[in-house]
Amino acid sequence: MGDRYKPETIEQVAEIVTWAAAEKVPVEVVGRGSKAALGRPAQTEYSLELSGLTGITLYEPDELVLSARAGTSMAEIEAALDEHDQYLAFEPADYDALLNGRPKDEAAASGSLAGVISCNLAGPRRIKSGAARDHFLGLKGVTGRGEIIQAGGRVVKNVTGYDLMKLHAGAYGTLSALTDITVKVLPAPEKTRSVLLFGLEDAAAVAAMTQAMGSSHEVSAAAHLPSGIAKDFDSSFFPNDARSVTAIRVEGPGPSVSHRCAALRSELGGQTDSDELHSHNSTPLWRYIRDVVPFVSDVSAEAGDGNAVWRVSVPPARGADYVAALKLKLGEATEALRYYFDWSGGLIWVSLPEGEDAQQHAVRESMADFGGHATLIKATAELRGRIPVFQPLDLGIAALSSRVKHSFDPHGIMNPGRMYAGV
Amino acid sequence: MLMPDPDQTVISRKREIVDKLREIVPGEGVIADEDELKVYESDGLTAYKQPPLIAVLPESTEQVSRVLKFCHKENIKVVPRGAGTSLSGGALPLADGIILGLGKFNRILDIDFDNRCAVVQPGVTNLGITKAVEDEGFYYAPDPSSQIACTIGGNVAENSGGVHCLKYGLTTNNLLGLEMVLIDGTVLRIGGKHLEAEGYDLLGLMTGSEGLLGVVTEVTVRLLKKPETARALLLGFSSSEAAGELVASIIAAGIVPGGMEMMDRPAIHAAEDFVHAGYPLDVEALLIVELDGPQAEVDYLMETVSALADAKGAVTKRVSESEEERMRFWAGRKAAFPAVGRISPDYYCMDGTIPRNQLPHVLRRMREMSEHYSLGVANVFHAGDGNLHPLILYDANKEGELEKAEEFGADILRLCVEVGGVLTGEHGVGVEKRDLMPDMFTDIDLKQQQRVKCAFDPDALLNPGKVFPQLHRCAELGRMHISRGQLPFPELPRF
Ligand SMILES: Cc1cc2nc3c(=O)[nH]c(=O)nc-3n(C[C@H](O)[C@H](O)[C@H](O)COP(=O)(O)OP(=O)(O)OC[C@H]3O[C@@H](n4cnc5c(N)ncnc54)[C@H](O)[C@@H]3O)c2cc1C
Repeated sequence: MGDRYKPETIEQVAEIVTWAAAEKVPVEVVGRGSKAALGRPAQTEYSLELSGLTGITLYEPDELVLSARAGTSMAEIEAALDEHDQYLAFEPADYDALLNGRPKDEAAASGSLAGVISCNLAGPRRIKSGAARDHFLGLKGVTGRGEIIQAGGRVVKNVTGYDLMKLHAGAYGTLSALTDITVKVLPAPEKTRSVLLFGLEDAAAVAAMTQAMGSSHEVSAAAHLPSGIAKDFDSSFFPNDARSVTAIRVEGPGPSVSHRCAALRSELGGQTDSDELHSHNSTPLWRYIRDVVPFVSDVSAEAGDGNAVWRVSVPPARGADYVAALKLKLGEATEALRYYFDWSGGLIWVSLPEGEDAQQHAVRESMADFGGHATLIKATAELRGRIPVFQPLDLGIAALSSRVKHSFDPHGIMNPGRMYAGV
Repeated sequence: MLMPDPDQTVISRKREIVDKLREIVPGEGVIADEDELKVYESDGLTAYKQPPLIAVLPESTEQVSRVLKFCHKENIKVVPRGAGTSLSGGALPLADGIILGLGKFNRILDIDFDNRCAVVQPGVTNLGITKAVEDEGFYYAPDPSSQIACTIGGNVAENSGGVHCLKYGLTTNNLLGLEMVLIDGTVLRIGGKHLEAEGYDLLGLMTGSEGLLGVVTEVTVRLLKKPETARALLLGFSSSEAAGELVASIIAAGIVPGGMEMMDRPAIHAAEDFVHAGYPLDVEALLIVELDGPQAEVDYLMETVSALADAKGAVTKRVSESEEERMRFWAGRKAAFPAVGRISPDYYCMDGTIPRNQLPHVLRRMREMSEHYSLGVANVFHAGDGNLHPLILYDANKEGELEKAEEFGADILRLCVEVGGVLTGEHGVGVEKRDLMPDMFTDIDLKQQQRVKCAFDPDALLNPGKVFPQLHRCAELGRMHISRGQLPFPELPRF
């Protein structure tokens, strides 16, 4: 490992990247480093840390807009928003404990804004409100050519020029080093309630979630924790007989929330036992789901706790079919499989022992019938070097993606290979 | 407006090109007759006219792919077209180019209520999607005023919005997947019924790319369940400042209405004269605030908004008590453009976005400009998200008035950028705002955007002359001027 640079101005970032481009040396672009273990293992000598670029530069609550320098911590941003009862509606997930195995500190959101945006991390509300990409209004940064660019703006309605924000959200720092980010913020809901349904099998749970999402009750999240997962969640509201829990969340003004909650319970509850959680008790549950706490251990991804964690995205109503197909493929190995559903079945968190690659391949092979993709989120560097971390792309898309990469970073110096070989 | 120099060799080969295209798209799908081509000579920006060399109306993705491959090989320019309602000249033809009309792609391929999405061809109209799913209580949320006519393909290309996008987002927030064809004929599929496509967000990049990157041949859209109910407030104010303050206080109260629309005095009068919606005529600003969602929520929030309106000094206030009354409140706003069309021989519709709190300042400056140019202006405003639609009144038959209106419009857009806003909120850059792009972007920004274009269309054959004021060759853009450097910042901390 060579030098680590920690610039404090955009000009310094530009100078470092210009130098790297001239020398054609790859650079690892990092925010605060919390997601270093996410993606293909980097083989870079130099690293460019954005954690020296910090601070909220503009926050106008009435205008629903916030700008901050890239390395600003999510904790700082969330604290500022909290003061005005606002939030990032995409419910940014925090994989710090999952990836780094630290004990979960309830209060701290540790990553940087740039990290959340660059990995396009969204939590349970994604099913209603979209992902980070949907709330990303403007950027400033330095391309792999060493040039300072800006795109977008501070207003929501903007179609001036290409939407480079979308392109950078989820690009894992492979195009530019972002230095300034502007996001849309929204008023946080006054009240939250979660309807809990107990004891449903996967298929019945996905059907119930589908019904809830297809109602006019503006459901903001729907998750299903099979019995093995549900029993680990420490809540007096959960059944103590190891039954599964399906959770459906509504948010909004008080009278609306209680009304909708009652309606959902009567529409869905007929088939099984149900209960409901109020705001105070809802928050920890959705954080548990959002941050993949069921698969957090004391051991970091790097050290390896023996399990690989996958994030699988399929058409929501097919979630249970997907798991059934996976179980079939795994055969006897199913015993060690752990999983739960978010996004009304559209997101399945899968944990499988590292070990035989055939089992890891089964994760992708099982979605052949419905389309979707799987990302290997937590695994040892060794496994991430061996198995494609991101869904292999169709040839035409792969070729186009590498041309897009080249248009920003002709020498391939920005996080090369973090997503795909050649990108 | 200066377009790229027509390629005379292509024009002189028209017959041969037509024959070749007919081998791909048989029969009436290739139009070469000059009279018939007139239909395509302009879009919703009627000030510009240019018949295309040829129009091609393919019916399948395979035909689109073969047509593009042929054009690529023969170096022929292509302008995609949906319904031709673009207000920025996005679908303006080129004398040496073909128009690729997607009107025959008008089928809804799959409706999947369980996954809350529909797969449709790009020529399906925006409203057509909602019509196909409304029996089950679903709808497609983005609702441009042109929704009866405009196509979903055009919506994707322009990232169109509507009065409800404050709460439900723009086109880009309501898409799940696409099929598209690159200029070399490659067919690509992005995303699907799952959330988020893998790899780079090419779906997001394509949305709003104004037909410059690829031709969209299939779209998967999100469907939403219709809100249980919707109610609207019609509020009059003695100043636009007061109306603006109410908008800010509604948001500060944590409420995101389904829609929040403002009109100024000239627009109110024009609309009232036209549709008799019952608008108050002695106010300076009219605000329509619509709340939608579960009944319990709407009733509750209605009270809050109504109290806020009183506190902010609304001089008139009506609350819709029936669906019919709500529709009447909207009737004037929805007819604002044609209404203005009645009071002036011509009008020119602008589309800048500003930070909302700049509204009073921008309106004041606009009044000064209006005097300076001696041209009237009426304003309709998506107040919730800061998207302005000034309608500049002029008479095209009067010598020099169109030019004056265009200058006035350009001044307004520059002002939008000056106060922290942008040149276009939903209508696109097209040819109209092309030459203003340097007011918002540096040369480096624009070159980087064009490099992205090069990744899709290295010979600049797809819709050239739009969006970018200057066309650079991709080879030139790709070059990097490098001076070998030393390790930077010896003084910077390293670890
Ligand atoms: C009265 C009126 C009201 C309007 N109101 C609104 C409004 O409220 N909100 C709003 O956002 N817009 C509005 N518009 C503008 C316009 O309707 C939208 O931009 C619409 O999306 C254009 O759709 P279209 O099918 O007419 O596209 P066209 O005008 O045919 O084309 C628009 C652009 O899209 C490209 N294109 C079209 N189809 C494809 C395809 N399949 N693949 C690739 N590129 C393609 C074209 O090359 C062109 O650049 C209004 C227009 C009018 C006339």
